[in-house]
Amino acid sequence: MTGAMRGLSALAFLALALLLARASADLPPGLLWPPEALHLPMAGWISAAMAWLTDSAHLGPVSFKDLTRGFAALVEAPYQALRVLLVEGITEGRGRRATVIVPPLSWLAVTVAAVALGHYARNLGLGLIAGALMLYLAVFGQWESAMVTLSSIAIAVPLGVAGGLALGIAAWRWRGVERALAPLLDLMQTVPTFAYLVPVLVLFGFGPVAALLATVIYAMPPMVRVTLLALRAVPSEIMDFAAMAGCTPGQRLRKVMLPVALPDLMVGVNQVIMLSLNMVIIASMIGAGGLGFDVLNALRRLDIGGGIEAGIAITALAVVLDRLGQALAARPGGQLRAVGPWWRRHPRTALVLAVILATTALGYLIPALQIYPKDWQLTTRTFWADLMKAINVNYFDQLEALRAWLLEYLMIPVKRFFLALPWPFVLGLATLAGWRLGGLRLAALALALTGFLAATGLWEQAMTTLYLCGLGVVLAMLIGVPLGVLAASSEAAGKAIGAVIDTLQTLPSFVYLIPVVMLFRVGDFSALIAVVLYALVPAVRYTAHGLRGVAPELVEAAVVCGCTRGQILRKVRLPLAVPMVLLGLNQTILLALSMLVITALVGTRDLGQEVYIALTKADIGRGIVAGLAVAAIAILADRLIGAAAQGARARLEGAA
Amino acid sequence: MTRPVKLACRAVWKLYGPHPARLLQSGAPTLDAIRASGHVGAVRDVSLEVGEGEIFVIMGLSGSGKSTLVRCLSRLIEPTAGEILYDGEDLLKASPARMIEIRRHRMGMVFQHFALLPHLTVLENVGFPLEVQGVARPAREARAREVIALVGLQGREGHYPRQLSGGQQQRVGIARSLAVEPDLWFLDEPFSALDPLIRREMQEEFLRIQRQLKKTIVFITHDFDEAIRLADRIAIMKDGALVQVATPEDLVLAPADDYVRAFTAHVARAKVVTLGRIAAPLSGPAPDLALPAEMRVDEAAERIVTENRPVAVTRDGQILGEVTPQAVIAVLIGRQP
Repeated sequence: MTGAMRGLSALAFLALALLLARASADLPPGLLWPPEALHLPMAGWISAAMAWLTDSAHLGPVSFKDLTRGFAALVEAPYQALRVLLVEGITEGRGRRATVIVPPLSWLAVTVAAVALGHYARNLGLGLIAGALMLYLAVFGQWESAMVTLSSIAIAVPLGVAGGLALGIAAWRWRGVERALAPLLDLMQTVPTFAYLVPVLVLFGFGPVAALLATVIYAMPPMVRVTLLALRAVPSEIMDFAAMAGCTPGQRLRKVMLPVALPDLMVGVNQVIMLSLNMVIIASMIGAGGLGFDVLNALRRLDIGGGIEAGIAITALAVVLDRLGQALAARPGGQLRAVGPWWRRHPRTALVLAVILATTALGYLIPALQIYPKDWQLTTRTFWADLMKAINVNYFDQLEALRAWLLEYLMIPVKRFFLALPWPFVLGLATLAGWRLGGLRLAALALALTGFLAATGLWEQAMTTLYLCGLGVVLAMLIGVPLGVLAASSEAAGKAIGAVIDTLQTLPSFVYLIPVVMLFRVGDFSALIAVVLYALVPAVRYTAHGLRGVAPELVEAAVVCGCTRGQILRKVRLPLAVPMVLLGLNQTILLALSMLVITALVGTRDLGQEVYIALTKADIGRGIVAGLAVAAIAILADRLIGAAAQGARARLEGAA
Repeated sequence: MTRPVKLACRAVWKLYGPHPARLLQSGAPTLDAIRASGHVGAVRDVSLEVGEGEIFVIMGLSGSGKSTLVRCLSRLIEPTAGEILYDGEDLLKASPARMIEIRRHRMGMVFQHFALLPHLTVLENVGFPLEVQGVARPAREARAREVIALVGLQGREGHYPRQLSGGQQQRVGIARSLAVEPDLWFLDEPFSALDPLIRREMQEEFLRIQRQLKKTIVFITHDFDEAIRLADRIAIMKDGALVQVATPEDLVLAPADDYVRAFTAHVARAKVVTLGRIAAPLSGPAPDLALPAEMRVDEAAERIVTENRPVAVTRDGQILGEVTPQAVIAVLIGRQP
């Protein structure tokens, strides 16, 4: 099919859709939204299964509930130990009358440890950056919350890494495990995190341990994938060598494959760290405490200053852990070992221990060494609040006009359109798209996923999700692709845009919500802005990456042909970057969906709201069904666009 | 010059595709039949014998199946059919544990891209095969130092592979493969990844080590000059099958077909052909100057041409015949003898 024909057929479908939406008022009700008769009471089934699991399931003599509680206790012990070390110290008595016998590690000691670790991993420069960020936590009064968060991260990351490693190895070893894991991993990455907070909550109760486990579940999938890929990437000659050296399978894994794959595996470790920090705020909904709770609390009170400060504190912690992790991974081995007494061979460890001892001992006399004094703390809270107030006072009319205009002429019509589409038409369209892009298998998948949406009884919410997500993605692409072009066109622009993008990406998603809600109040409009801001990143990044990746000799050929800069961009670089841009689109959709669930907090009426309500009511079935519905949309979009990208790439490579 | 057979393979096949075993059930399929049924014949009906202490070179272009064949011989790849006999024991019938045992003590292998472990030092890399056997650290380090000295890398024991040049890395690979004192030594294009000058140097080094150790060697290469320089016998492979197995001299003088002839056409014959091969019956009384039959023409050429008269050729003290200056010149200018 030629490009023109493809465009024409797409236009024809759009026209048909508009006509159908127009006429839908006259349709019999069963054709607009799936009729009651088609609904499967999945929520009830899932809730019943969970109830059976928690109440009466037994593994031998041990009840399932005891098993989960036992597991929780196993995780809780090291977590509590860390909390004692970093947050509480050893105390006597309870509540207000508790007296501290041995204080926790002082802020000075932890900061010095961060510097020493940075120096060990790379150089003093990195150490100073890490130290400065830790100091930020102390100066802005985030210390205690940050240490609570650090305690749970420090447990979640090793658990996630170990679990991911074990599953990855199993998947590498046995094809069956890999086949079983693949769809599960897809699901884990697309089901909104809220959805599995619910079962975790029911199984493990409200509290830090449940939050910790939810974090591990969320952060583990990339480690599994990375492990599998890293083991597969071990050169075949090295595998042959291991066999020729007479390694047993265990020796081959331990002594050859894992060490050889270590640099790749560290990428996975880094992912686990970043995802664990992403989860900090969401996990605080089921009792994680710490910085996440501070952000959430600020959001509930619309305390923009507090929210931003705590949000930046999470970012600071993330940057410290991320940079240290990367430096440790890239650390060259084989440096000469110093000789001499113990403290000379391990100067950094000795220094940190000395600071710990000194601050703990002197802390009894000079408390400032132990706990960063309140009087020295700074806060930007009032600044942010004043800024918001000023904007609201001076620009209220303009902002309101913008909001009203966009709602009236863009959002409400699009929403009406989506809600007025007859469901059999949507079903057919998805199937047809699957067939055109990826053949029969994809068509069957599209039919099944859309059918699932119809059977959940959440059609209206699903369509609302589609409308918000679709609009957000279109806007993000409209803004992001030109920015990507700009970033790829000059080094200065690339650097500037890159810096903004990096910041946007490390800010926890909740932080976007605060200023948006302050300016535009709750509702679909605020949600849309947050979605666009959050989903913008991959659109920019992939476009720039795709443009930069065009082979230089092709650009040179275009120059030699006498193309202008504009012609080179339009006729050579952009067409060749299409597969990459499509991948960016894919990522944009996934990010938009994940943000959409969070925007439920500002009062949207989509699937995210469904999940959120289920969470507050601890209604497992309802939460999981709504979560799976979001996942269905995400997987459908992912597969369709993935197939389109592959088609585009095949066309380019076939032509080349 | 017959040697006892160390390694033999009989009718070895390796087919890739949907039903490789079924394809072999009804006898040996032709190349066309294999391709038509959607299979790839990586190794087709290969039988060969490698004598003890022999350097046996398998030569072929990329995709000819030589790498697959050597991996079948070491059972890194499971052949579809055939027998691999190492000292009379069929490796294909050995249990996994027995295979580990054989590889730990009686086989060594050198790889094209060295396959060194990046996280270990030279000393640890070379000692690795001993480590997996459970040899204690002092003993394995002592042995590792011995072989490191053998390949001339003393003083680099503490280096990591990335700190060494390609040639040095392959010396480590060679040392490592010799650490367990194997009888049978596989070298899979060991010098192909090296620069031409280094390659030549490593070939000399390899011959020096072999003169000292006298291993049984299966050496893979795609470089015909390398094959000629190193081999006692050469097997030429094409499309997974052996085309010809012969000494370098026989290959050059009697190529089995046009494929082999294409390889040998540009070889300097004087470096391959021996006096014994071009000796003619005595035309008169035996000349007083005699040279051994094993001597290559290029080594003898100057003397014979300067003498400008026939020279006697002897093997084990017996006179075989004579070589005339004309015959030597014919070889030097590449005329067919």
